[in-house]
Amino acid sequence: MPFNPKHILSIKTLTAEEINFILNTADSFKEINTRQIKKVPTLRGKTIVNLFFEASTRTRTSFEIAGKRLSADTVNISASSSSVVKGETLEDTAQNIEAMHPDIIVMRHSASGACDYLAERLNCSVINAGDGTHEHPSQALLDAFTIRQHKGDIKGLTVTIAGDIAHSRVVRSNIYCLNKLGAKVKIAGPRTMLPPGLEKLGCEVHHNLKDAITDADCIMMLRIQRERQGKTLIPSLREYSRFFGLNDNNLQLAKDDAIVLHPGPMNRGVEISSSVADGKQNVILDQVENGVAVRMALLYLVAGGEKLQDS
Amino acid sequence: MKILIKNGRMIDPANQIDAIQDILVENGIITSVAAAINTDAEEIIDASGLLITPGLVDIHTHLRDPGQEYKEDIVSGTRAAAAGGITSLACMPNTSPVNDSLAITKYIIAKAKEEGSANVFPIACISKGMKGEILAEMGELKEGGCVGFSDDGVPVSKGELMRRAFEYADTFAMPIISHAEDLSLVGTGCMNEGSVATELGLKGIPWVAEDSATAREIMLAEFTGGRLHVCHVSTKGSVDLVRQGKARGVRVSCEATPHHFTLTDETVRGYNTNAKMNPPLRSQEDVDAIHAGLADGTIDAIATDHAPHHYDEKNVEFAAAMNGIIGLESLLPLSLKLVEDGVVNLNQVISLLTDRPARIIGIDRGTLSVGAVADITLIDPQLEWEFTLEGLHSKSKNTPFAGWKMKGAAVRTLLAGKTVFERSL
Repeated sequence: MPFNPKHILSIKTLTAEEINFILNTADSFKEINTRQIKKVPTLRGKTIVNLFFEASTRTRTSFEIAGKRLSADTVNISASSSSVVKGETLEDTAQNIEAMHPDIIVMRHSASGACDYLAERLNCSVINAGDGTHEHPSQALLDAFTIRQHKGDIKGLTVTIAGDIAHSRVVRSNIYCLNKLGAKVKIAGPRTMLPPGLEKLGCEVHHNLKDAITDADCIMMLRIQRERQGKTLIPSLREYSRFFGLNDNNLQLAKDDAIVLHPGPMNRGVEISSSVADGKQNVILDQVENGVAVRMALLYLVAGGEKLQDS
Repeated sequence: MKILIKNGRMIDPANQIDAIQDILVENGIITSVAAAINTDAEEIIDASGLLITPGLVDIHTHLRDPGQEYKEDIVSGTRAAAAGGITSLACMPNTSPVNDSLAITKYIIAKAKEEGSANVFPIACISKGMKGEILAEMGELKEGGCVGFSDDGVPVSKGELMRRAFEYADTFAMPIISHAEDLSLVGTGCMNEGSVATELGLKGIPWVAEDSATAREIMLAEFTGGRLHVCHVSTKGSVDLVRQGKARGVRVSCEATPHHFTLTDETVRGYNTNAKMNPPLRSQEDVDAIHAGLADGTIDAIATDHAPHHYDEKNVEFAAAMNGIIGLESLLPLSLKLVEDGVVNLNQVISLLTDRPARIIGIDRGTLSVGAVADITLIDPQLEWEFTLEGLHSKSKNTPFAGWKMKGAAVRTLLAGKTVFERSL
């Protein structure tokens, strides 16, 4: 059945069927990225604006490459070099850009709900590339794609996510996505980084990493945002890495064929030891590779999906 | 090495025993408790007329070691404890340097083990450097042997930090031990705010400085679900707040010191610096409320807040004197006096000194169970003696009880079956 969403704002509003449809679509785009000529004409003539208010290496490059390989015209705007620095509001910025008729705006913003805000006010499509600590839909989708790639069916798997949960949009999107696909999610972190009501989103909460990792099929480690050090949530990175960092020792508690994921960027030696980060169980670079295919799928489906193929 | 203690009145509140029982100790462990044990032993102690209790547990002391050994150190402090019938102490981290590190924790434990006369369980700082800004490394400190976290001496003024302290400590199933006061309300106060302070012309510390802070701690404990122990309650309000908190299911416990249940701010008259401590001696109404709290179980432990200071630090004008008095060697007679005065019964007071404080800091002590380490105190409840400065084992002599006629004392203290104190009569 054709799936042509106007926006991609959150995982929470997607059904399991829609998620699987996106992942299957991504599958079909994946091989384009290893061709000699990495180009298909699918989105030729479409204009995609990447509007990034926060720093990004992976997501921004990934969306840009995805757009270009589908032959779209991509424009990158970073807030720091735009008139935002002159005090222009988000709404004015977006409406001014929309006046130039983009088909899709891909936005990352530091305020939770910013993409919903835009979607309510604009006529073009909006894709959420990460809004505050709310959601990061394309990340959860590429994580699911990567797990599927290595483990087959996600249903019945135990996925452990550990780190600065309170401030992570990645974990929220992942909890929704993995639950819809039938996985069991375990969360671990010091209590100061666990927001209230987490269980309601659909997960098991642990204060002890070892308990959460035991018999896990997949382990996803999240970066501790160093800038939060001053905010009294943990005493030191040293203590954090001792009790909540993934290393060769505690990794053994997971299943023998468990895979290790990380959305990046990593702080080696903090939440993940170099040995594990570079070890044979990690699929971190697969995540990045798959990210391009997943974002190609999102751009394709939002831009018109099945309808496009007819013309 | 076998020791047989016969004919003593054994009071073991943890096991609800108050009866004449014999106790057999072998190689530092209690191996048998029965009405009559007849066996050979290297030493047979006739404890007729004596109380046999678990070694007393004092969960609030300042041993001043490392850094301020001129006041007290681990050797002299534990010797004073043993003389007071105390076999386990928790020591506060406001040493020099403060105990916010594994290194200091290990030092304290090792020194006590090698040279001390009692078990010492360190309480580590809540915040690094006791500065009230950043959490201390609680996970590592717990692994090193700490039994709880406190910035005692000072409050944690920032509510956000205390909130995180509760959450972080709870991650490791550890208690937060709070010295609760609002420093801005205390100001330069040096005794209880009231009519005595007015007469003496001394700046007062109002009860609300303590109560408002106690209320905050209890609410934070309730909000986070963490575990709170309130230090040295001195006011009617604090006792009430703890009582209400417990009724609501908050994980809160509290302690009271012997000076807070024995003396009022009247003791300050004459500008007696040995009546100066923080929190200060309060009114009779507050003392009565503490008695009621001890009687109805609201107060979980009697703890001395043993705070040794050098003569030079107390022999100054009142406002300039340091806060604190020693307490290890007056703990027992003052606690037994509560029984004499009908405030609590003997079993209650021994429980306040043994199994209940032991449970608060989570140590395997405070009982006379078979299989337990033989930390045992033999008490002569009828012994009448004078509390003198010359008789003190502590390096410091800052006590308001000099010259008091006391009734009841430890006559022998065993630490893992070894006699660490024997009273010369």
